[in-house]
Amino acid sequence: MALKMVKGSIDRMFDKNLQDLVRGIRNHKEDEAKYISQCIDEIKQELKQDNIAVKANAVCKLTYLQMLGYDISWAAFNIIEVMSASKFTFKRIGYLAASQSFHEGTDVIMLTTNQIRKDLSSPSQYDTGVALTGLSCFVTPDLARDLANDIMTLMSHTKPYIRKKAVLIMYKVFLKYPESLRPAFPRLKEKLEDPDPGVQSAAVNVICELARRNPKNYLSLAPLFFKLMTSSTNNWVLIKIIKLFGALTPLEPRLGKKLIEPLTNLIHSTSAMSLLYECVNTVIAVLISLSSGMPNHSASIQLCVQKLRILIEDSDQNLKYLGLLAMSKILKTHPKSVQSHKDLILQCLDDKDESIRLRALDLLYGMVSKKNLMEIVKKLMTHVDKAEGTTYRDELLTKIIDICSQSNYQYITNFEWYISILVELTRLEGTRHGHLIAAQMLDVAIRVKAIRKFAVSQMSALLDSAHLLASSTQRNGICEVLYAAAWICGEFSEHLQEPHHTLEAMLRPRVTTLPGHIQAVYVQNVVKLYASILQQKEQAGEAEGAQAVTQLMVDRLPQFVQSADLEVQERASCILQLVKHIQKLQAKDVPVAEEVSALFAGELNPVAPKAQKKVPVPEGLDLDAWINEPLSDSESEDERPRAVFHEEEQRRPKHRPSEADEEELARRREARKQEQANNPFYIKSSPSPQKRYQDTPGVEHIPVVQIDLSVPLKVPGLPMSDQYVKLEEERRHRQKLEKDKRRKKRKEKEKKGKRRHSSLPTESDEDIAPAQQVDIVTEEMPENALPSDEDDKDPNDPYRALDIDLDKPLADSEKLPIQKHRNTETSKSPEKDVPMVEKKSKKPKKKEKKHKEKERDKEKKKEKEKKAEDLDFWLSTTPPPAPAPAPAPVPSTDECEDAKTEAQGEEDDAEGQDQDKKSPKPKKKKHRKEKEERTKGKKKSKKQPPGSEEAAGEPVQNGAPEEEQLPPESSYSLLAENSYVKMTCDIRGSLQEDSQVTVAIVLENRSSSILKGMELSVLDSLNARMARPQGSSVHDGVPVPFQLPPGVSNEAQYVFTIQSIVMAQKLKGTLSFIAKNDEGATHEKLDFRLHFSCSSYLITTPCYSDAFAKLLESGDLSMSSIKVDGIRMSFQNLLAKICFHHHFSVVERVDSCASMYSRSIQGHHVCLLVKKGENSVSVDGKCSDSTLLSNLLEEMKATLAKC
Amino acid sequence: MIQAILVFNNHGKPRLVRFYQRFPEEIQQQIVRETFHLVLKRDDNICNFLEGGSLIGGSDYKLIYRHYATLYFVFCVDSSESELGILDLIQVFVETLDKCFENVCELDLIFHMDKLLLLNSPLSSLETVVSSLHGGEGSVTRVKDLYCCRSQRTESCTGKEVHYILQEVVMGGMVLETNMNEIVAQIEAQNRLEKSEGGLSAAPARAVSAVKNINLPEIPRNINIGDLNIKVPNLSQFV
Repeated sequence: MALKMVKGSIDRMFDKNLQDLVRGIRNHKEDEAKYISQCIDEIKQELKQDNIAVKANAVCKLTYLQMLGYDISWAAFNIIEVMSASKFTFKRIGYLAASQSFHEGTDVIMLTTNQIRKDLSSPSQYDTGVALTGLSCFVTPDLARDLANDIMTLMSHTKPYIRKKAVLIMYKVFLKYPESLRPAFPRLKEKLEDPDPGVQSAAVNVICELARRNPKNYLSLAPLFFKLMTSSTNNWVLIKIIKLFGALTPLEPRLGKKLIEPLTNLIHSTSAMSLLYECVNTVIAVLISLSSGMPNHSASIQLCVQKLRILIEDSDQNLKYLGLLAMSKILKTHPKSVQSHKDLILQCLDDKDESIRLRALDLLYGMVSKKNLMEIVKKLMTHVDKAEGTTYRDELLTKIIDICSQSNYQYITNFEWYISILVELTRLEGTRHGHLIAAQMLDVAIRVKAIRKFAVSQMSALLDSAHLLASSTQRNGICEVLYAAAWICGEFSEHLQEPHHTLEAMLRPRVTTLPGHIQAVYVQNVVKLYASILQQKEQAGEAEGAQAVTQLMVDRLPQFVQSADLEVQERASCILQLVKHIQKLQAKDVPVAEEVSALFAGELNPVAPKAQKKVPVPEGLDLDAWINEPLSDSESEDERPRAVFHEEEQRRPKHRPSEADEEELARRREARKQEQANNPFYIKSSPSPQKRYQDTPGVEHIPVVQIDLSVPLKVPGLPMSDQYVKLEEERRHRQKLEKDKRRKKRKEKEKKGKRRHSSLPTESDEDIAPAQQVDIVTEEMPENALPSDEDDKDPNDPYRALDIDLDKPLADSEKLPIQKHRNTETSKSPEKDVPMVEKKSKKPKKKEKKHKEKERDKEKKKEKEKKAEDLDFWLSTTPPPAPAPAPAPVPSTDECEDAKTEAQGEEDDAEGQDQDKKSPKPKKKKHRKEKEERTKGKKKSKKQPPGSEEAAGEPVQNGAPEEEQLPPESSYSLLAENSYVKMTCDIRGSLQEDSQVTVAIVLENRSSSILKGMELSVLDSLNARMARPQGSSVHDGVPVPFQLPPGVSNEAQYVFTIQSIVMAQKLKGTLSFIAKNDEGATHEKLDFRLHFSCSSYLITTPCYSDAFAKLLESGDLSMSSIKVDGIRMSFQNLLAKICFHHHFSVVERVDSCASMYSRSIQGHHVCLLVKKGENSVSVDGKCSDSTLLSNLLEEMKATLAKC
Repeated sequence: MIQAILVFNNHGKPRLVRFYQRFPEEIQQQIVRETFHLVLKRDDNICNFLEGGSLIGGSDYKLIYRHYATLYFVFCVDSSESELGILDLIQVFVETLDKCFENVCELDLIFHMDKLLLLNSPLSSLETVVSSLHGGEGSVTRVKDLYCCRSQRTESCTGKEVHYILQEVVMGGMVLETNMNEIVAQIEAQNRLEKSEGGLSAAPARAVSAVKNINLPEIPRNINIGDLNIKVPNLSQFV
């Protein structure tokens, strides 16, 4: 032993500490990795030693290395060892390392359960604190389940330091173990009114976090939060609450109305920018939720916009950013009020700060109109050119596309301009958004029929200059554009000016360097192009020309046949065979063009992305049913139900067999037209035929089609989008003139006809007619599509599990294994009175409307009275400036008497319940235990079932699992009761302060009056004194820090200082209170006797068997023993009883013999050996104080005798 | 919720890395690197918010940072946190560091940049402090020379202490305490407790670390004395 110690300290002398490690790393800049791996080897050696200080030092160094990116999961077990050190210094290091490196996948994490539980109940608040902090970082579902109850107990710890940590960690527990939310919620709510501001803030924090995810469950807390908001001065809490209201108002517009005034007051009064900003944000949320148009609300909007403008104009960039951020929220509902600040926002586009530019971009989205779209996009395009850094440029690109394509290209008046913008965008280098541009090109070309000719000419130019796009060495996303270009050229080849030229461009050898999926599209569209060329040539009678094209195909296609990409290869070889066949036919002078082009006859319509999903399942069709019983697995693949895809096939005429002769085609086309005419989703040409593309002479002057092939360096022949801006202006001007003329004429007519409702001659958006025939075909949806929009929800959302109705009373099955009184507390909490706003709010709304309609002209007072019947009284009646107190139900005098009798009835019930409780609950417990034991068997871990009765029952599981029911027990014993109040109490020792015990007294109001001014006076004895607030004398009562409305119970804690703990003692006390009801107030008293048993001075302290053995070996313990006969209870339950009532923990158990340990608040060790005989139990005890031991054994005897 | 707290210096060396969501170590380093590059590009006089985007968790998250001399304090938060609030919190955190290490003079320098300029030691920085908190001597020796006598005390501070302070400010991604006096009181109480236990680096170890600095050649590390585990009897003996 001694040698070993020496060895340890020698080794320690040469250990590096953290400082040395850091210094070493600094000094080995050249070979850092090597140095660190050497250090890790050293650490591994250190971890093998028994000296905990060495281990802690090693773990400390590992934590540092973890920060540098080294995986330290291999040391998880050592970390646990350090966590379980008794010294705070080491424990802290261990928990820190654990919090940095443990996660749900760490397998040894299950070994920590007992250690953490032990630390949570540690007498030192910092041990507990460190454990809570650590746990908050690595809590797993198992840990959460097992420790939920322990943490919940800590929520009412005497130290605010622990309380606030316990409250915060509950959020993590809820996330991992959602079942705990309902049982724990009442206590969490209680903490909202905790005297300590830190705890209060923590509770607000947790509830806000919960409510953010599932706001509707927390609506009922609105009055409470409202009260906090008007009373709190802590900006942190205020911000959180105000943010929470922002999440709640969309669900309850009336709440918004109530909020607006206090919030605007805050906006005017506060000096804290953060608070001001959040207020503005929430006011915006309120305004969004309210139906707009009310005059007084437009004032609030103005206020918000004003304040935001001040923020945006501030020199502080942070405020500017936030101002823009909030502005974008207003934009959605009140675009007009934001649009007036367009100057400011455009100015922000030029800001040097990227974040601010991005926010300004967001705002632009809502600022565009038909009038200014071109101008704004032009500005953005100059930004694109200037922008350094691809991220911002990409952002600009997506924004341009977003702005232009928003609400079905609503603001685009000239699609030629848009196409040229898209083409210009393709010149961006290194953008990631090639596919986006491609998608837009396809979308526009398909949906705007009139633009196809122009689009095709642009795309063929793109294809021609493809080498520019694809040549850059890094394969950037821009070549995606070629995908669109190739498809458009192929599909609409009839519009091509020089199809032959384009065909050659698509067959260049360089194309094979493109990505596979683009090549595949090339191959496919080459054939389309080929088909249309053939047709042209044959119609023109140029048989030779046709053969030349075929020859070109035969020559060039083989390069694709060799492609490594399967898709390309397959398509190419298929087509090559086809072309070769055509060549043969051509040689025989057979006309082939008709048949070839029939391959691609028909037109494609855009289909909505969700269309397939929305095809309703026909009645009587069970998609899951087998059509044929599967013979084997491999065959089942082929047995797909064809019928489902039938409709789709029809919509893709591409796949139509080529035999379809023309007649058939014509017939089908006719049918489709018919169908389109009947289809409400199919939008026909715009109702302004006078503004057809062909009719606008301006556009024809654009030199778009002349493609200059001799200048390959610049993308040839592509028009600059800027030209369009001018042209567009001219066009509009002309249009306006025309219109004015017409209008004048009309006016003249009108004057004659004396009609006078013509519009004023202002140029509104609607007056600007699009240059092209905007034939935007909306995406097709299947007929009878189901109008569901549920596909947006993510089923994997972890917060979904927390969507739990908190107003529903707790069911038996949901309770955490917690002590009894809380259950009664929750079931009787006043929350029952608060209605489930969700359900009930709908009715009142309707009511209100009716009222308004009927009684608008009548007195408003009446309306108010009627509304007051509403249970949502708080929301509707109280005028905002004077927040009324919580709506305590005020019973009338008649009801009062009823209530009294009821209260008595309840009393009886309560007693009955007490007895009943033993019977129904154990079953569930047992059930639960069984389950746990089963899982435990699987995992072979030493996890404990939750529940404080078994808190230290770890070794019990070593024995055979006895599945016998354990009666649930409460450590709270009845203190005194009368018709007003029932007092139960629990006495807990605490090691934090020497010789102090905490008495938790639960007061339950069982009358119908409000209990106020409660005071507790206790007669101190020589040995035991109550800790009183400073300055109060021994004879003064100590006030109870709360009032009790009818039916509510609450817990108060008092600390007593005990001199000698070797004997039990009793203290006399009186509870005085004022019971107030409608009839008046009466002073009442209730006497009680506090019984401090010796067991209550003991604290459950786990002990390891080796330490236990050492303790016994030391031999300075006195001994005593008892024996109790006539016991039929199982040994396991017996141990559980001793653990629970006398605060012992089981050290070890072998068959029907167990050793147990506990410690007193003054540090006495108490050891027990419990043996079970046939019908008897013998308990041998050893303790450092003989009187304490004998008294303890006496108490134990009394407990055992009841078994 | 706060998703991550990163502190690194102007060269991207991490000084404190605290994630409240599980990421493997490599990803953590990658996030630190990317964040560093994002933040580095930004002037000091532009706003302190950055949309992290793909970095952690997507568009709901923001990076909120402050730059003190040579150190960046970066908080990654979601939309439930108030942006300006978090900026204040960073300030609280830094000031707490300042208070808790008041015997470390370098921190004073940051808050008195004017005096610093007089001393003509522009490199002095909080980084020196935090790295010395990590146990190393700051890369800047000039400042150290100036305050030589006092900075010797920094040896008692180690990297974990920055974590301990952070733990009193933020717990599990949620703001625990914003009152600086309360934070400092709790930290000091815990340090006293640690001191009463003798601390991790008790006297002998410190003496040894002085010896080590002489750069001794490799010292045989494993003096194998054999397995001396004395088995403690497991069963307790009564009677």
